[in-house]
Amino acid sequence: MSMLKVSDINVYYGNIHAIKGISFEVNEGEIVTLIGANGAGKSTTLNTVAGLLKPATGNIEFEGQSLLNVPAHKIVSRGMALCPEGRRIFLQLTVQENLEMGAYTRPSAETADLIADVYDRFPRLKERYRQVAGTLSGGEQQMLAMGRALMSKPRLMMLDEPSMGLAPILVEKIFEIIGELNKAGTTILLVEQNAQMALSIAHRSYVLETGRITVSGTGEELLHNDAVRKAYLGG
Amino acid sequence: MLNYLINGISLGSVYAIIALGYTMVYGIAKMLNFAHGDVIMVGGYISFCATSYLGLPVIPSVLLSIFVCTVLGIVIERLAYKPLRAATSLAVLITAIGVSYFLQNAALLIWSSNPKAYPNMVALPPLAIGNTQISAVSLVTIIACIVIMVALTLFTNKTKMGKAMRAVSEDKDAAQLMGINVNATISLTFAIGSGLAAVAGVLLCSAYPTLMPTTGAMPGIKAFTAAVFGGIGSIPGAMLGGILLGIIEIFGKAYISTQLSDAIVFSVLILILLVKPTGLLGRKISEKV
Repeated sequence: MSMLKVSDINVYYGNIHAIKGISFEVNEGEIVTLIGANGAGKSTTLNTVAGLLKPATGNIEFEGQSLLNVPAHKIVSRGMALCPEGRRIFLQLTVQENLEMGAYTRPSAETADLIADVYDRFPRLKERYRQVAGTLSGGEQQMLAMGRALMSKPRLMMLDEPSMGLAPILVEKIFEIIGELNKAGTTILLVEQNAQMALSIAHRSYVLETGRITVSGTGEELLHNDAVRKAYLGG
Repeated sequence: MLNYLINGISLGSVYAIIALGYTMVYGIAKMLNFAHGDVIMVGGYISFCATSYLGLPVIPSVLLSIFVCTVLGIVIERLAYKPLRAATSLAVLITAIGVSYFLQNAALLIWSSNPKAYPNMVALPPLAIGNTQISAVSLVTIIACIVIMVALTLFTNKTKMGKAMRAVSEDKDAAQLMGINVNATISLTFAIGSGLAAVAGVLLCSAYPTLMPTTGAMPGIKAFTAAVFGGIGSIPGAMLGGILLGIIEIFGKAYISTQLSDAIVFSVLILILLVKPTGLLGRKISEKV
Protein backbone atom coordinates (compact mmCIF):
# COMPACT_ATOMS: atom_id res chain seq x y z
CA MET A 1 0.00 0.00 0.00
CA SER A 2 1.30 3.45 -0.72
CA MET A 3 2.68 5.37 2.23
CA LEU A 4 2.99 8.70 0.44
CA LYS A 5 0.67 9.54 -2.41
CA VAL A 6 1.18 12.76 -4.35
CA SER A 7 -1.64 13.41 -6.81
CA ASP A 8 -1.46 15.96 -9.59
CA ILE A 9 0.10 18.81 -7.61
CA ASN A 10 0.80 22.23 -9.08
CA VAL A 11 3.19 24.54 -7.25
CA TYR A 12 3.95 28.17 -8.03
CA TYR A 13 6.65 30.58 -6.89
CA GLY A 14 4.83 33.82 -7.55
CA ASN A 15 4.23 33.67 -11.29
CA ILE A 16 6.61 30.82 -11.95
CA HIS A 17 4.86 27.52 -12.46
CA ALA A 18 7.48 25.28 -10.87
CA ILE A 19 5.62 21.97 -10.58
CA LYS A 20 3.20 21.15 -13.36
CA GLY A 21 0.84 18.46 -12.24
CA ILE A 22 3.04 15.69 -10.97
CA SER A 23 1.89 12.49 -9.32
CA PHE A 24 3.95 9.79 -7.68
CA GLU A 25 3.80 7.29 -4.88
CA VAL A 26 6.14 5.89 -2.29
CA ASN A 27 5.33 2.48 -0.85
CA GLU A 28 6.26 1.38 2.62
CA GLY A 29 9.80 -0.02 2.78
CA GLU A 30 10.91 1.37 -0.57
CA ILE A 31 13.72 3.64 -1.65
CA VAL A 32 12.27 5.95 -4.28
CA THR A 33 14.35 8.56 -6.05
CA LEU A 34 13.50 11.67 -7.99
CA ILE A 35 16.26 12.51 -10.43
CA GLY A 36 16.59 15.38 -12.83
CA ALA A 37 18.65 18.39 -13.78
CA ASN A 38 19.04 21.61 -11.83
CA GLY A 39 15.77 23.52 -11.71
CA ALA A 40 13.64 20.53 -12.68
CA GLY A 41 11.60 20.94 -9.50
CA LYS A 42 13.01 18.16 -7.34
CA SER A 43 13.60 20.25 -4.23
CA THR A 44 10.34 22.11 -4.76
CA THR A 45 8.56 18.76 -4.73
CA LEU A 46 10.15 17.68 -1.44
CA ASN A 47 9.57 21.07 0.17
CA THR A 48 5.93 20.84 -0.84
CA VAL A 49 5.56 17.37 0.67
CA ALA A 50 7.20 18.67 3.86
CA GLY A 51 4.69 21.52 4.00
CA LEU A 52 7.11 24.42 3.49
CA LEU A 53 5.31 25.18 0.22
CA LYS A 54 1.63 24.68 -0.42
CA PRO A 55 0.40 23.29 -3.74
CA ALA A 56 -2.12 25.43 -5.63
CA THR A 57 -4.02 22.30 -6.64
CA GLY A 58 -3.67 18.58 -6.14
CA ASN A 59 -3.40 16.43 -3.06
CA ILE A 60 -0.71 14.94 -0.85
CA GLU A 61 -1.61 11.99 1.34
CA PHE A 62 0.58 10.40 3.95
CA GLU A 63 -0.58 7.09 5.41
CA GLY A 64 -4.05 7.76 4.07
CA GLN A 65 -4.43 11.29 5.46
CA SER A 66 -4.28 14.49 3.48
CA LEU A 67 -1.51 16.91 4.44
CA LEU A 68 -2.96 19.89 2.61
CA ASN A 69 -4.23 21.68 5.69
CA VAL A 70 -1.44 20.62 8.00
CA PRO A 71 0.97 23.49 8.84
CA ALA A 72 4.64 22.82 8.16
CA HIS A 73 5.60 22.49 11.82
CA LYS A 74 3.04 19.73 12.37
CA ILE A 75 4.20 17.54 9.49
CA VAL A 76 7.18 16.04 11.30
CA SER A 77 5.06 14.56 14.08
CA ARG A 78 3.04 12.71 11.42
CA GLY A 79 6.11 10.52 10.94
CA MET A 80 8.10 12.03 8.11
CA ALA A 81 11.25 14.09 8.16
CA LEU A 82 13.02 16.11 5.50
CA CYS A 83 16.78 16.42 5.46
CA PRO A 84 16.82 19.57 3.33
CA GLU A 85 18.99 20.70 0.46
CA GLY A 86 22.14 22.41 1.64
CA ARG A 87 21.77 20.59 5.01
CA ARG A 88 20.37 23.63 6.78
CA ILE A 89 21.77 22.62 10.14
CA PHE A 90 21.78 25.30 12.81
CA LEU A 91 25.33 26.57 12.45
CA GLN A 92 25.39 28.51 15.71
CA LEU A 93 24.04 25.66 17.81
CA THR A 94 26.25 22.84 19.00
CA VAL A 95 26.10 19.38 17.45
CA GLN A 96 24.15 18.07 20.41
CA GLU A 97 21.74 21.02 20.38
CA ASN A 98 21.07 20.41 16.69
CA LEU A 99 20.14 16.83 17.52
CA GLU A 100 17.92 17.99 20.37
CA MET A 101 16.07 20.24 17.93
CA GLY A 102 15.53 17.18 15.73
CA ALA A 103 13.69 15.57 18.65
CA TYR A 104 11.66 18.71 19.32
CA THR A 105 8.34 16.92 18.92
CA ARG A 106 9.37 13.80 20.85
CA PRO A 107 8.87 13.41 24.60
CA SER A 108 11.94 14.75 26.44
CA ALA A 109 12.48 11.41 28.15
CA GLU A 110 13.35 9.82 24.80
CA THR A 111 15.91 12.39 23.71
CA ALA A 112 18.95 10.86 25.40
CA ASP A 113 18.31 7.43 23.84
CA LEU A 114 17.69 8.90 20.41
CA ILE A 115 20.92 10.89 20.61
CA ALA A 116 22.82 7.77 21.66
CA ASP A 117 21.44 5.96 18.58
CA VAL A 118 22.58 8.76 16.28
CA TYR A 119 26.05 8.76 17.87
CA ASP A 120 26.25 4.99 17.33
CA ARG A 121 25.57 5.51 13.66
CA PHE A 122 27.79 8.58 13.32
CA PRO A 123 30.66 8.27 15.83
CA ARG A 124 32.26 11.42 14.41
CA LEU A 125 29.37 13.46 15.74
CA LYS A 126 29.90 12.08 19.22
CA GLU A 127 33.52 13.24 19.16
CA ARG A 128 32.33 16.73 18.33
CA TYR A 129 29.14 16.94 20.34
CA ARG A 130 30.01 20.21 22.08
CA GLN A 131 31.35 21.89 18.97
CA VAL A 132 29.34 24.60 17.23
CA ALA A 133 27.92 23.03 14.06
CA GLY A 134 29.33 25.78 11.81
CA THR A 135 32.82 24.48 12.49
CA LEU A 136 32.14 20.98 11.13
CA SER A 137 33.41 19.83 7.74
CA GLY A 138 30.95 19.37 4.88
CA GLY A 139 30.71 15.61 5.40
CA GLU A 140 30.18 15.99 9.12
CA GLN A 141 27.50 18.59 8.50
CA GLN A 142 25.70 16.17 6.21
CA MET A 143 25.88 13.47 8.87
CA LEU A 144 24.53 15.93 11.41
CA ALA A 145 21.68 16.86 9.07
CA MET A 146 20.79 13.19 8.63
CA GLY A 147 21.17 12.48 12.34
CA ARG A 148 18.96 15.44 13.15
CA ALA A 149 16.26 14.18 10.78
CA LEU A 150 16.48 10.69 12.35
CA MET A 151 15.86 12.16 15.81
CA SER A 152 12.14 12.43 15.04
CA LYS A 153 12.02 8.65 14.35
CA PRO A 154 10.55 9.15 10.89
CA ARG A 155 8.84 6.30 9.08
CA LEU A 156 9.46 8.22 5.86
CA MET A 157 12.76 10.02 5.48
CA MET A 158 13.15 12.49 2.65
CA LEU A 159 16.68 13.42 1.64
CA ASP A 160 17.44 16.32 -0.67
CA GLU A 161 20.82 16.05 -2.43
CA PRO A 162 22.68 14.42 0.46
CA SER A 163 25.76 13.93 -1.73
CA MET A 164 26.06 17.57 -2.75
CA GLY A 165 29.58 18.93 -2.46
CA LEU A 166 31.02 15.82 -0.85
CA ALA A 167 34.15 13.88 -1.79
CA PRO A 168 33.40 10.58 -3.61
CA ILE A 169 34.38 8.48 -0.62
CA LEU A 170 31.92 10.37 1.56
CA VAL A 171 29.21 10.07 -1.08
CA GLU A 172 29.58 6.30 -0.92
CA LYS A 173 29.43 6.39 2.85
CA ILE A 174 26.25 8.48 2.77
CA PHE A 175 24.60 6.09 0.31
CA GLU A 176 25.67 3.15 2.42
CA ILE A 177 23.96 4.72 5.40
CA ILE A 178 20.82 5.38 3.37
CA GLY A 179 20.78 1.70 2.44
CA GLU A 180 21.21 0.69 6.09
CA LEU A 181 18.40 2.97 7.22
CA ASN A 182 16.14 1.44 4.61
CA LYS A 183 17.04 -2.10 5.72
CA ALA A 184 16.22 -1.08 9.27
CA GLY A 185 12.70 -0.25 8.09
CA THR A 186 12.74 3.42 7.13
CA THR A 187 11.10 4.29 3.84
CA ILE A 188 13.26 6.66 1.79
CA LEU A 189 12.38 9.36 -0.73
CA LEU A 190 15.61 10.61 -2.22
CA VAL A 191 16.32 13.54 -4.51
CA GLU A 192 19.67 13.40 -6.25
CA GLN A 193 21.67 14.88 -9.07
CA ASN A 194 24.07 11.97 -8.79
CA ALA A 195 21.74 9.80 -10.86
CA GLN A 196 24.11 6.84 -11.10
CA MET A 197 24.34 6.43 -7.34
CA ALA A 198 20.68 7.16 -6.79
CA LEU A 199 19.44 4.66 -9.37
CA SER A 200 21.76 1.97 -8.11
CA ILE A 201 20.14 1.90 -4.66
CA ALA A 202 16.58 2.83 -5.64
CA HIS A 203 13.72 0.38 -5.90
CA ARG A 204 11.82 2.79 -8.10
CA SER A 205 12.60 6.09 -9.66
CA TYR A 206 11.01 9.09 -11.34
CA VAL A 207 12.69 11.49 -13.75
CA LEU A 208 11.64 15.13 -13.44
CA GLU A 209 12.06 17.59 -16.28
CA THR A 210 10.97 21.23 -15.93
CA GLY A 211 8.22 20.46 -13.48
CA ARG A 212 6.90 17.27 -15.08
CA ILE A 213 7.56 13.59 -14.57
CA THR A 214 8.74 12.25 -17.90
CA VAL A 215 9.94 8.74 -17.14
CA SER A 216 9.41 6.34 -14.28
CA GLY A 217 10.35 2.78 -13.51
CA THR A 218 12.55 0.63 -11.35
CA GLY A 219 16.10 1.80 -10.74
CA GLU A 220 17.36 -1.02 -12.92
CA GLU A 221 15.06 -0.06 -15.82
CA LEU A 222 16.11 3.57 -15.74
CA LEU A 223 19.79 2.67 -15.59
CA HIS A 224 19.25 0.94 -18.94
CA ASN A 225 16.86 3.46 -20.44
CA ASP A 226 18.57 5.15 -23.39
CA ALA A 227 17.05 8.59 -22.91
CA VAL A 228 17.91 8.57 -19.20
CA ARG A 229 21.43 7.36 -19.91
CA LYS A 230 21.99 10.15 -22.42
CA ALA A 231 20.59 12.90 -20.25
CA TYR A 232 21.77 11.97 -16.76
CA LEU A 233 24.36 9.24 -16.84
CA GLY A 234 26.82 10.71 -19.30
CA GLY A 235 26.20 8.42 -22.26
CA MET B 1 34.02 59.83 40.29
CA LEU B 2 32.76 56.55 41.78
CA ASN B 3 29.36 58.17 41.99
CA TYR B 4 29.38 58.95 38.29
CA LEU B 5 30.46 55.43 37.53
CA ILE B 6 27.61 53.94 39.55
CA ASN B 7 25.09 56.33 38.02
CA GLY B 8 26.43 55.43 34.61
CA ILE B 9 26.16 51.69 35.24
CA SER B 10 22.67 52.16 36.63
CA LEU B 11 21.45 54.21 33.65
CA GLY B 12 23.25 51.78 31.40
CA SER B 13 21.44 48.88 33.07
CA VAL B 14 18.11 50.41 32.10
CA TYR B 15 19.35 50.79 28.52
CA ALA B 16 20.58 47.22 28.64
CA ILE B 17 17.19 45.87 29.74
CA ILE B 18 15.50 47.79 26.90
CA ALA B 19 18.21 46.79 24.45
CA LEU B 20 17.58 43.12 25.26
CA GLY B 21 14.05 43.53 23.92
CA TYR B 22 15.33 45.12 20.73
CA THR B 23 18.01 42.57 20.20
CA MET B 24 15.85 39.51 20.89
CA VAL B 25 13.10 40.67 18.56
CA TYR B 26 15.68 41.52 15.92
CA GLY B 27 17.32 38.14 16.35
CA ILE B 28 14.10 36.18 15.93
CA ALA B 29 11.86 38.30 13.71
CA LYS B 30 14.67 40.12 11.87
CA MET B 31 12.92 43.43 12.38
CA LEU B 32 13.61 46.64 14.28
CA ASN B 33 10.66 47.17 16.56
CA PHE B 34 10.78 50.94 16.93
CA ALA B 35 7.63 50.83 19.04
CA HIS B 36 9.62 49.08 21.76
CA GLY B 37 10.52 52.36 23.49
CA ASP B 38 6.87 53.30 23.73
CA VAL B 39 6.04 50.04 25.48
CA ILE B 40 8.35 51.34 28.24
CA MET B 41 6.19 54.42 28.50
CA VAL B 42 3.04 52.27 28.71
CA GLY B 43 4.75 50.24 31.43
CA GLY B 44 5.45 53.48 33.28
CA TYR B 45 1.84 54.68 33.04
CA ILE B 46 0.32 51.34 34.06
CA SER B 47 2.46 51.12 37.17
CA PHE B 48 1.78 54.80 37.88
CA CYS B 49 -1.98 54.30 37.65
CA ALA B 50 -1.84 51.12 39.71
CA THR B 51 -0.09 52.84 42.62
CA SER B 52 -1.51 56.36 42.39
CA TYR B 53 -5.13 55.67 41.36
CA LEU B 54 -5.79 52.09 42.46
CA GLY B 55 -3.59 52.36 45.54
CA LEU B 56 -1.90 49.03 44.88
CA PRO B 57 1.37 48.26 46.65
CA VAL B 58 4.61 48.35 44.66
CA ILE B 59 5.07 44.67 43.78
CA PRO B 60 1.51 44.07 42.47
CA SER B 61 1.70 47.31 40.44
CA VAL B 62 4.93 46.23 38.84
CA LEU B 63 3.53 42.78 38.11
CA LEU B 64 0.38 44.31 36.62
CA SER B 65 2.53 46.58 34.46
CA ILE B 66 4.60 43.60 33.25
CA PHE B 67 1.43 41.66 32.49
CA VAL B 68 -0.19 44.49 30.51
CA CYS B 69 2.98 45.16 28.49
CA THR B 70 3.47 41.46 27.75
CA VAL B 71 -0.06 41.24 26.37
CA LEU B 72 0.44 44.52 24.51
CA GLY B 73 3.62 43.18 22.91
CA ILE B 74 1.85 40.03 21.72
CA VAL B 75 -1.12 42.03 20.40
CA ILE B 76 1.13 44.50 18.53
CA GLU B 77 2.97 41.63 16.88
CA ARG B 78 -0.24 39.82 15.94
CA LEU B 79 -2.03 42.85 14.52
CA ALA B 80 0.74 44.98 13.05
CA TYR B 81 3.72 42.79 12.20
CA LYS B 82 2.46 39.27 11.59
CA PRO B 83 0.46 40.22 8.46
CA LEU B 84 3.73 41.64 7.08
CA ARG B 85 5.81 38.51 7.67
CA ALA B 86 6.45 38.17 3.93
CA ALA B 87 6.69 41.92 3.19
CA THR B 88 9.88 43.90 2.65
CA SER B 89 11.77 44.97 5.75
CA LEU B 90 11.14 48.60 4.86
CA ALA B 91 7.37 48.08 5.09
CA VAL B 92 7.79 46.49 8.52
CA LEU B 93 10.06 49.32 9.67
CA ILE B 94 7.55 51.96 8.65
CA THR B 95 4.78 50.01 10.38
CA ALA B 96 6.87 49.91 13.54
CA ILE B 97 7.28 53.68 13.43
CA GLY B 98 3.52 53.92 12.92
CA VAL B 99 2.86 51.74 15.96
CA SER B 100 5.23 53.96 17.94
CA TYR B 101 3.22 57.10 17.05
CA PHE B 102 -0.01 55.24 17.71
CA LEU B 103 1.08 54.34 21.25
CA GLN B 104 2.33 57.87 21.97
CA ASN B 105 -0.89 59.44 20.76
CA ALA B 106 -3.06 56.91 22.54
CA ALA B 107 -1.19 57.81 25.74
CA LEU B 108 -1.73 61.48 24.97
CA LEU B 109 -5.48 60.87 24.72
CA ILE B 110 -5.69 58.79 27.86
CA TRP B 111 -3.23 60.55 30.15
CA SER B 112 -2.84 64.00 28.47
CA SER B 113 0.43 65.75 27.81
CA ASN B 114 0.82 66.98 31.41
CA PRO B 115 3.80 65.23 32.96
CA LYS B 116 2.93 62.94 35.85
CA ALA B 117 5.13 62.88 38.92
CA TYR B 118 6.11 59.24 39.11
CA PRO B 119 6.35 57.86 42.65
CA ASN B 120 9.67 56.27 43.52
CA MET B 121 8.93 52.55 43.41
CA VAL B 122 12.12 51.75 45.27
CA ALA B 123 11.60 53.76 48.44
CA LEU B 124 14.51 52.34 50.38
CA PRO B 125 17.38 54.16 52.12
CA PRO B 126 20.53 54.62 50.06
CA LEU B 127 23.54 52.41 50.64
CA ALA B 128 26.64 54.16 51.91
CA ILE B 129 30.07 52.88 50.99
CA GLY B 130 32.72 55.10 52.53
CA ASN B 131 31.61 58.59 51.59
CA THR B 132 29.81 57.51 48.42
CA GLN B 133 26.08 57.03 48.58
CA ILE B 134 24.39 54.67 46.19
CA SER B 135 20.68 55.27 45.81
CA ALA B 136 18.42 52.28 46.24
CA VAL B 137 17.03 52.77 42.73
CA SER B 138 20.51 52.51 41.23
CA LEU B 139 21.24 49.41 43.23
CA VAL B 140 17.94 47.70 42.39
CA THR B 141 18.36 48.61 38.72
CA ILE B 142 21.82 47.10 38.53
CA ILE B 143 20.71 43.95 40.36
CA ALA B 144 17.61 43.60 38.17
CA CYS B 145 19.78 43.93 35.10
CA ILE B 146 22.16 41.20 36.24
CA VAL B 147 19.32 38.87 37.22
CA ILE B 148 17.58 39.38 33.86
CA MET B 149 20.80 38.84 31.97
CA VAL B 150 21.57 35.58 33.78
CA ALA B 151 17.97 34.35 33.48
CA LEU B 152 17.82 35.07 29.75
CA THR B 153 21.16 33.44 29.09
CA LEU B 154 20.11 30.32 30.98
CA PHE B 155 16.77 30.33 29.17
CA THR B 156 18.24 30.53 25.66
CA ASN B 157 21.08 28.09 26.33
CA LYS B 158 19.56 25.49 28.62
CA THR B 159 15.84 25.17 27.93
CA LYS B 160 14.22 23.42 24.99
CA MET B 161 12.17 26.52 24.19
CA GLY B 162 15.20 28.78 24.39
CA LYS B 163 17.18 26.57 22.05
CA ALA B 164 14.22 26.49 19.69
CA MET B 165 14.29 30.28 19.77
CA ARG B 166 17.91 30.28 18.66
CA ALA B 167 17.07 27.76 15.95
CA VAL B 168 14.25 29.98 14.67
CA SER B 169 16.54 32.99 14.72
CA GLU B 170 18.96 31.16 12.46
CA ASP B 171 16.70 29.38 9.99
CA LYS B 172 12.90 29.55 10.12
CA ASP B 173 12.25 26.88 7.49
CA ALA B 174 14.64 24.40 9.05
CA ALA B 175 13.07 25.14 12.45
CA GLN B 176 9.63 24.30 11.04
CA LEU B 177 10.98 21.03 9.69
CA MET B 178 11.94 20.20 13.29
CA GLY B 179 8.34 20.80 14.34
CA ILE B 180 8.98 24.19 15.95
CA ASN B 181 6.02 26.55 15.73
CA VAL B 182 7.68 29.69 14.35
CA ASN B 183 4.71 32.00 14.95
CA ALA B 184 4.44 30.95 18.58
CA THR B 185 8.17 31.48 19.02
CA ILE B 186 7.96 34.99 17.61
CA SER B 187 5.01 35.76 19.92
CA LEU B 188 7.00 34.50 22.88
CA THR B 189 9.92 36.74 21.93
CA PHE B 190 7.68 39.80 21.78
CA ALA B 191 6.14 38.79 25.11
CA ILE B 192 9.53 38.55 26.81
CA GLY B 193 10.82 41.78 25.23
CA SER B 194 7.72 43.73 26.21
CA GLY B 195 7.68 42.33 29.74
CA LEU B 196 11.27 43.53 30.10
CA ALA B 197 10.23 46.91 28.72
CA ALA B 198 7.73 47.21 31.57
CA VAL B 199 10.47 46.52 34.10
CA ALA B 200 12.65 49.10 32.37
CA GLY B 201 9.76 51.57 32.48
CA VAL B 202 9.36 51.21 36.24
CA LEU B 203 13.10 51.53 36.87
CA LEU B 204 13.56 54.43 34.48
CA CYS B 205 10.65 56.42 35.89
CA SER B 206 11.77 55.73 39.45
CA ALA B 207 15.15 57.28 38.64
CA TYR B 208 13.82 60.09 36.40
CA PRO B 209 10.34 60.69 37.77
CA THR B 210 8.75 62.69 34.97
CA LEU B 211 6.27 60.58 33.04
CA MET B 212 4.99 61.82 29.66
CA PRO B 213 3.70 60.15 26.48
CA THR B 214 7.13 60.71 24.93
CA THR B 215 9.04 59.35 27.92
CA GLY B 216 9.96 56.13 26.15
CA ALA B 217 11.10 57.61 22.86
CA MET B 218 14.62 58.78 23.72
CA PRO B 219 15.57 55.83 25.96
CA GLY B 220 14.18 53.60 23.23
CA ILE B 221 16.46 55.13 20.60
CA LYS B 222 19.42 54.99 22.95
CA ALA B 223 18.76 51.37 23.83
CA PHE B 224 18.51 50.59 20.14
CA THR B 225 21.88 52.30 19.77
CA ALA B 226 23.18 50.19 22.64
CA ALA B 227 21.96 47.03 20.93
CA VAL B 228 23.73 47.98 17.70
CA PHE B 229 26.78 49.08 19.67
CA GLY B 230 27.07 45.69 21.36
CA GLY B 231 26.21 43.74 18.21
CA ILE B 232 22.51 43.41 17.41
CA GLY B 233 21.14 39.93 17.92
CA SER B 234 23.56 39.20 20.76
CA ILE B 235 22.25 39.07 24.34
CA PRO B 236 25.59 39.77 26.07
CA GLY B 237 26.20 42.42 23.39
CA ALA B 238 23.01 44.26 24.35
CA MET B 239 24.09 44.15 27.96
CA LEU B 240 27.60 45.41 27.32
CA GLY B 241 26.41 48.03 24.83
CA GLY B 242 23.77 49.32 27.26
CA ILE B 243 26.10 49.64 30.21
CA LEU B 244 28.89 51.28 28.19
CA LEU B 245 26.39 53.71 26.69
CA GLY B 246 25.14 54.65 30.18
CA ILE B 247 28.67 55.21 31.45
CA ILE B 248 29.66 57.29 28.41
CA GLU B 249 26.52 59.39 28.74
CA ILE B 250 26.97 60.14 32.45
CA PHE B 251 30.70 60.88 32.10
CA GLY B 252 30.03 63.01 29.02
CA LYS B 253 27.49 64.98 31.02
CA ALA B 254 29.77 65.35 34.03
CA TYR B 255 33.07 66.20 32.37
CA ILE B 256 32.35 67.55 28.91
CA SER B 257 28.95 69.09 28.43
CA THR B 258 25.40 68.39 29.54
CA GLN B 259 23.99 69.64 26.27
CA LEU B 260 26.37 67.63 24.15
CA SER B 261 26.04 64.35 26.07
CA ASP B 262 23.73 62.76 23.49
CA ALA B 263 25.98 63.90 20.66
CA ILE B 264 28.93 62.31 22.42
CA VAL B 265 27.05 59.05 22.86
CA PHE B 266 26.15 58.84 19.19
CA SER B 267 29.64 59.90 18.06
CA VAL B 268 31.12 57.01 20.00
CA LEU B 269 28.60 54.71 18.32
CA ILE B 270 29.62 55.94 14.88
CA LEU B 271 33.29 55.48 15.72
CA ILE B 272 32.77 51.91 16.96
CA LEU B 273 30.73 50.99 13.92
CA LEU B 274 33.39 52.40 11.61
CA VAL B 275 35.98 50.19 13.23
CA LYS B 276 33.78 47.15 13.86
CA PRO B 277 30.62 47.22 11.74
CA THR B 278 29.08 44.20 13.48
CA GLY B 279 29.23 45.90 16.90
CA LEU B 280 31.37 44.94 19.87
CA LEU B 281 30.20 41.34 20.30
CA GLY B 282 28.49 40.86 16.96
CA ARG B 283 30.10 38.31 14.73
CA LYS B 284 29.73 36.89 11.33
CA ILE B 285 29.64 33.13 11.30
CA SER B 286 31.73 31.78 8.50
CA GLU B 287 29.91 28.98 6.77
CA LYS B 288 31.49 25.92 5.33
CA VAL B 289 29.76 24.68 2.22
